[in-house]
Amino acid sequence: MARHVVAKAEEIPPGSRKLVTVRGREIGIFNHEGEFFALLNRCPHQGGALCKGTLVGLVTSDAPGTYDYSRPGEMLKCPWHGWEFDLRTGQSYCDPKSTWVRAYEVTVEPGEVLAKGPFVAETFPVSIEENYIVVEL
Amino acid sequence: MPHAASGIDCDIHPALPSISALFPYLPAYWSEQLRVRGTDGFDSILYPPNAGFSCRADWRDGAKPGTSLEALRRHALDGFGTRIAVCNLLYNVAAVRNADLGTVLARAMNDWLAAEWLDREPRLRAAIHIAPQDPGAAAEEIERRAADPRFVHVLLPAMDETLFGKRLFRPIHEAAARHRLPLAIHAQMTATHATTSNGWPSHLAEDHIAMAHAFQAQLLSFVYEGAFTAFPELRLVLLESGFAWLPNFLWRADRTWKAMRAEVPWVDTPPSAILREHVRIALQPAEAPPDPAQLPILLEQLGGDELLLLSTDWPHAQFAGNDPFPAGFPATLRRRVAEDNPRAVYPRIEVSP
Amino acid sequence: MTPDDGLVLADRAARGEARLKIIDCDVHHALRSAADLKPFLATRWQEHLDRYGFRVPTPFLSSPQYPKGAPALSRTDSWPPNGGPPGSDLAFLREQLLDRWGISFGLLHFLFPGAMDQRNQSFGNALARALNEWQVEHWTRHERRLKAGIILPGEDADAAVAEIEHWAGHTTAGGGDFVQVALATHTIELLGRRRYWRIYEAAAAAGLPLCLHTMGYNGRAVTPAGWPSFYVEEHHEVAISQQTVVASLILEGVLERIPDLKVVIVEAGFAWVPGFAWRLDHYWSRFRDELEHVTRPPSETIRERFWFTSQPADEPEKPEQLRQTMDWMGWDRLLFATDYPHWDMDNPEHAFRMPMSDEEKRMVFAGNAERVYGLS
Repeated sequence: MARHVVAKAEEIPPGSRKLVTVRGREIGIFNHEGEFFALLNRCPHQGGALCKGTLVGLVTSDAPGTYDYSRPGEMLKCPWHGWEFDLRTGQSYCDPKSTWVRAYEVTVEPGEVLAKGPFVAETFPVSIEENYIVVEL
Repeated sequence: MPHAASGIDCDIHPALPSISALFPYLPAYWSEQLRVRGTDGFDSILYPPNAGFSCRADWRDGAKPGTSLEALRRHALDGFGTRIAVCNLLYNVAAVRNADLGTVLARAMNDWLAAEWLDREPRLRAAIHIAPQDPGAAAEEIERRAADPRFVHVLLPAMDETLFGKRLFRPIHEAAARHRLPLAIHAQMTATHATTSNGWPSHLAEDHIAMAHAFQAQLLSFVYEGAFTAFPELRLVLLESGFAWLPNFLWRADRTWKAMRAEVPWVDTPPSAILREHVRIALQPAEAPPDPAQLPILLEQLGGDELLLLSTDWPHAQFAGNDPFPAGFPATLRRRVAEDNPRAVYPRIEVSP
Repeated sequence: MTPDDGLVLADRAARGEARLKIIDCDVHHALRSAADLKPFLATRWQEHLDRYGFRVPTPFLSSPQYPKGAPALSRTDSWPPNGGPPGSDLAFLREQLLDRWGISFGLLHFLFPGAMDQRNQSFGNALARALNEWQVEHWTRHERRLKAGIILPGEDADAAVAEIEHWAGHTTAGGGDFVQVALATHTIELLGRRRYWRIYEAAAAAGLPLCLHTMGYNGRAVTPAGWPSFYVEEHHEVAISQQTVVASLILEGVLERIPDLKVVIVEAGFAWVPGFAWRLDHYWSRFRDELEHVTRPPSETIRERFWFTSQPADEPEKPEQLRQTMDWMGWDRLLFATDYPHWDMDNPEHAFRMPMSDEEKRMVFAGNAERVYGLS
């Protein structure tokens, strides 16, 4: 486990996402209303680029013809077969116990904290004036 | 030696000798209408009486197939050592476009069955025949008939104008579920659609083959319209549907559901699990691998010993001899299929009249 | 289905594993817009297109009857960066499909707009010719790995036969643009009926398999028991409806009448084939007097004359059950297909959950298709 600095926080404003590569793995970093989430960019079903999928809300129902819509933007639909994954946990909707995508710890850290180390910044230097996205992997 | 089947046969077919047999059971207005306007009745075009398939050669006695109680006793009951058999009339009442006429015909069919067959032969049980053209009136007929425990399921045609899972049929779902009466869907066509979605085939054989598609469509409809969600007690029995199509159908349904479940959020478990709980399938026609040694593989793919119900489909010519089980059917499963499974899905069937 | 660590592909490439030869028997190309067809349409039909558009027996001006699983029925990551809908950009199709998986040949199936189901048959005939010109000019001439089907206005048998004859110089033996003929499946009559027989005779004479990709509109409900409410039903039903087409071709006697005709069923899945063959045999044996022109059990005809593309490959909980089904069907019947760029496509690396021998892989991924189409 190491802490990897993958982006400046300002690069991923709310509602946006960025694909980064950490130790050979493609990981999608999502900013959902100021909260950051990180998921492996690979659907466990057929290997689709999951993090390029559409973010939708969660719909549930306890009776035919009713649609209980909540958590807009917190379910990630695979661009291929449309399987839904929870942005917060990586769990699939249809089979949460055994079908899930790896989710990573992601934090925002000020450069001055990072400067004390240890961390791995693979592509750019860290400056103490800015905030950074850090993924544990 | 005990008979091969010896149990509960969920699908045999007595038949009306003619429309006039119903006249005593119809309101005066309708029997007069049918007389003065002239009709040869509403036998289904799916079973022409002289076609070989419509009656086994060794069961023919010169009469219209299914019209003789004596023949039924001899072949369908004693011939197989059957304890109990469920009578399903294939008189095509769902295809009568006038819903009022359909409703009175269905009621008359039930009265006729009770008086002329059930009262005379204690081994017989029957379907509640309804005219789904008018779902409210159909539900009333279910209510009326439910008081008689000899009626054990509600009969619907596989091919009709509108898929039966749809919400406009809620009154039928509700009444059937409340009385623990399975909805039994039988191979049948009302010609409101062609018998295939790609047009009318040339041959009667193709109509029968295409029934498998209709059964699959009905299953998807009941699942996705949420009929089982709204009525967890609801059960379906498929009659004369075959079952070799089931494994692939369930695999495909699950794959599609995983992709599209947000369209039908009330379906929150895989359709295969829902259908395995709610659906039972009659044994005949037992389409099976040509090598009997392969049959257990297919049965394993069906996924559960609870699925199949014994049926002979008397008098239709589905198989030869006096054993309705196909070659290679495991001896250990026979009792389940002939007794345990029917008793589980038909809680009323052992109730003495 | 547990997550992997995201490194599987890279590992494989690093190990330099020999790549399996792949022929993809279901690839979808698309028009950038209807304007792509204008150079191939007479002025009269260009104007018709502008004023009336494509008219098939459906209720909406341009949307399908059921909203699909995804826009343009496609993977949401398949929209070309340079614009246009999925499947409309050759360079991007090469990158995302042919080069990505090292595909030797991709067999093109064009879906929208259909020519065969145009209600105006004169326009449908012109459209079929224009689409075939477009397939050659924009696709097969530029990328020899891509092979098309001759799009036929099949409700007009004269025009369909003329279309096959028109492209005689471009079939496998000639120019190599076309390797099969393509009909819709949701047709005015069932495809086994005699109004279509001349088309099959012409295809067989030209040495071209008949390709039946589920497509087209005929105004009928997609089930013989009415219209389903949901796409989750319709998507499944269109595949099931292919079974009645197989029954019709066999039970009308088409395969016995035209001994050289081969039929490829596309995008209907395949695990239904054995059970359906048993059902056909059962009713054939019950109705021999009605079907006396059909001299062989239908299962034998399927076993020799029909092939089935793999997508969407079934995913049973117990993968060995798919192997059992394949053993019943025959490993020589299955043709691998991705269905790229559609949303329910199969990835060649993950399509089959079942264990397969090297020989079975070679057959399914390329060998069977080489034999059907004479590709190598």
